[in-house]
Amino acid sequence: MSIAEVNTEPQAGQTAERPLIVDDFSISVATKNGSGSQTANTTLLRALFKMGIPVSGKNVFPSNIQGMPTWYTIRVSKDNYIGRRLHAEIVVAMNPATALEDHQLVEPGGVFMYADDIKIPLNRSDLSYYPIPVKKIASENETDPKLRSYVANMVYVGALAQLLNINLSDIEGALLYHFRGKRKPVDSNMKVVRLSAEWVKANLPKTDPFIVSKLNLTDGLIMIDGNTAAGLGAIYGGVTFAAWYPITPATGVADALNEYLPRLRIDPVTKAPTYAIIQAEDELAALGMVIGAGWAGVRSMTSTSGPGISLMAEFTGYGYFADIPAVIWDVQRMGPSTGMPTKVSQGDIIPAHYLGHGDGRHPCLIPGSVYECFEFGWRAFDVAERLQTPVFVLSDLDLGMNQWMTKPFDYPEEPINRGKVLTAEDIKKLGIGGYKRYRDVDGDGVAWRTLPGTDHPAAAYFTRGTGHNDEAKLSERTDDWEKNMARLARKFETARSIVPAPIVDQVEGAEVGIIAYGSTDAPIVEARSMLAEAGIKTSYMRVRALPLSHAVKAFVAAHKRTYIVEMNSDAQMCQLVRLDMPELATAVRPCNHNDGMPLTAVWISGAITDKEKSK
Amino acid sequence: MTTLPVVKPVSPAPAAAAAVKKVNIIGLERTDYKGADSTLCAGCGHDSIASQIITACYEVGLSPERLIKFSGIGCSSKSPAYFMSRSFGINTLHGRMATVATGALTANHKLNGIGVSGDGDTGSIGLGNFKHMLRRNVHMVYIIENNGVYGLTKGQFSATADVGQELKHAGRNELPPIDLCLEALAADCGFVARGFAGDPKQVVALIKAALSHRGTAVLDIISPCVTFNNKDESTKSYAWGKANDERINDFTFVAPQVEITAEFEPGESKEVELHDGSRILLKRLDQGHNPTDRYAAMTLLQQAREKQMFITGLIYVDSSRESLAEHENLGDVPLARLPNEKLRPSKDTLQKIMASMA
Repeated sequence: MSIAEVNTEPQAGQTAERPLIVDDFSISVATKNGSGSQTANTTLLRALFKMGIPVSGKNVFPSNIQGMPTWYTIRVSKDNYIGRRLHAEIVVAMNPATALEDHQLVEPGGVFMYADDIKIPLNRSDLSYYPIPVKKIASENETDPKLRSYVANMVYVGALAQLLNINLSDIEGALLYHFRGKRKPVDSNMKVVRLSAEWVKANLPKTDPFIVSKLNLTDGLIMIDGNTAAGLGAIYGGVTFAAWYPITPATGVADALNEYLPRLRIDPVTKAPTYAIIQAEDELAALGMVIGAGWAGVRSMTSTSGPGISLMAEFTGYGYFADIPAVIWDVQRMGPSTGMPTKVSQGDIIPAHYLGHGDGRHPCLIPGSVYECFEFGWRAFDVAERLQTPVFVLSDLDLGMNQWMTKPFDYPEEPINRGKVLTAEDIKKLGIGGYKRYRDVDGDGVAWRTLPGTDHPAAAYFTRGTGHNDEAKLSERTDDWEKNMARLARKFETARSIVPAPIVDQVEGAEVGIIAYGSTDAPIVEARSMLAEAGIKTSYMRVRALPLSHAVKAFVAAHKRTYIVEMNSDAQMCQLVRLDMPELATAVRPCNHNDGMPLTAVWISGAITDKEKSK
Repeated sequence: MTTLPVVKPVSPAPAAAAAVKKVNIIGLERTDYKGADSTLCAGCGHDSIASQIITACYEVGLSPERLIKFSGIGCSSKSPAYFMSRSFGINTLHGRMATVATGALTANHKLNGIGVSGDGDTGSIGLGNFKHMLRRNVHMVYIIENNGVYGLTKGQFSATADVGQELKHAGRNELPPIDLCLEALAADCGFVARGFAGDPKQVVALIKAALSHRGTAVLDIISPCVTFNNKDESTKSYAWGKANDERINDFTFVAPQVEITAEFEPGESKEVELHDGSRILLKRLDQGHNPTDRYAAMTLLQQAREKQMFITGLIYVDSSRESLAEHENLGDVPLARLPNEKLRPSKDTLQKIMASMA
């Protein structure tokens, strides 16, 4: 925790007259994982969203199936700030194991709602305390002991709804959405919600200032997680082959493919699927299959996380050297090694960009929102096939597994671009000896390819990771090697103009620039407001791909100091930016933090303020 | 229903061409099946096998353009460059041929596949991928050129070397061998055979039958390494093979729609039908091995392994299990040949999904 995050405001007494705080606070629900609290939490989140109030929900969970502490935080923000906050004003303590610490961490003047069988000293005079008879209400309404703990979660939903002024009809709507319109589970859950709300109304006078009130700021938006968005994006990019191996936090991408492809890619006439999905024996095999399929001419992808990326190193280098398209969707989690499998990080920037032995740099697309998860989902295939090379998409756990508000996804505006592929007819026109697989006829480093099965005696070539000349023949000649590597370097330069360009907000008179990427966008937007209030004007460039656009250099040159905000310990993007512009390296400053949790606006603005003081 | 590639040619050879030069049933000469010059050691068993692949493909009339050649890394894996240059080929990573083939042949399930791997490639680094490919039953011929030794790295033991084998630098092998035919059977492979590079006729027959199998056909071909493992006492040498080769059956491969001429006496033979309508006619059944009996195949392999017997022939065949492409229910148009309009679902489908999330 940085100094900037210590709250120094005087504590507000429980009994003092306090103005209402409307649509601007955070809720943290502490439960055990595997207890079924996700339904309750996402119901709350969706109910608030449908009330028109900007929200974000973040699940802080362990690598475990049942019984370990889990927190779900909901941020409610009329100002549309949806980044994580360090502590919540309203804490719901349902887990005795963490209640003591949960109690200490409530923001001053906040609310501590707890299951009434939790016995801890309630010794803070600044808090509003709400003991809830969770077990009593749950057991009165659910006779099946197996279901009782699930239903118990609805008790706090009802209690919060009553205290915060959330309409029960919005709770019901959220449950209907969750249970896909099935009345029976909705009714049994709503019964508990209503009874709980009534009990609170009758027994607990409201002593806190927090309420919600309807707004219209979410009209026309949807809520979705980045992994589902990625899967949908891939589908609208024409993904035809996918191979994958289960891994947290990336499994949701394959889940989305498995859910939507059977609905969207069945041939209407033959009823045959026009895709194939294979659960591989490991990530190495997954990329091997994807490389095989990409080589044979289908849009193919895999989805994985850090440990999978490590296993994919050799095949990525092979794809780079043999010019084979593939899409590798990496939902980054905390490493190295097994690391913290359920915690977020942006630690795969350098490993993915350089993956493989020997030389080689790979295009990486970096979505900063669930909208871009969808967009880069389809765009990645165009990039991979146009460049004939493995392309990474670097999402992360926060973006991938949590629910985010977004405008509905737009249908791709560009037609599918399959890149340079020659048909049997083309080969015939070129004549015998006219086709050379790796000859750079266009000067952009990307040669023309043929696909297996092309029905012409001169169409075939032999693909290998060993040294080869432009006819795809085995060669250990020094000049052939250098020519081929020079071609791959030209291809890398071509990539600069093909990958998504950065998004820039350049502010007149700002000395300070911020460069960031990925899921840190949300807290950075808020941090910039905080910095502006403190008198620090900032420009902001959100990088969306590697190789870096030439615009990055121009941005750095236009500011006295540029901070690279990121979630890793090695300041990886900072290193890459400096490498791209050594003459400006001293103006490029690291601003990185890596503890497994999404960055907060308070940390970012505090860190930049501190660095500006000692500039 | 998914249909797999059929080796049987579609149209017969033009009569005029046939009159001038010797051609096969699709009008190609044997030279149309040749590859680049081999860079392997003179006398290498792998070159003999490459030559039998050419013979088998030429004789059954497989169109070179309809074949993908796969390999891993090692001496064996160089050899796809030495046969059928008109076919696409991909020399993958060490031990990873199975994965690339799985992807490529799912992308285009209308093409035939022949993979050439080695005992190090398949038996050690790639054993896991090998077995998972068999479990999925990818439609291809998987040839292991088995010489019990790592050649390119100059003479280390591989996992298929028999107990008591000696190599110049590596000394004596004390560890039990991995029997790749047993591994294949355990992984539910439906076509398991062993051959010997020194018996070209049998190798050709095995390859022809393997090309007609539904799913993965594994051919474990003992292929002597003349440089590192060809001493007479080596169980992977030419001399040992010639002296000890014990054929467990003789069979004839009969292409689809070909009339069976009475080569065997009735009652002496057994007929096994393969997925494309071709048949295998087996003889010597009364005293020999029945390759349609899975338990018998396992027992035979286990006994041979224990006694260091060099058995060759068709060990097990069962074409009843569906291949991966059939399991995936792939249609008549290969995935790799789908037009763009089949790749991207329509705009209204996305709008419906978006509306359902509002």
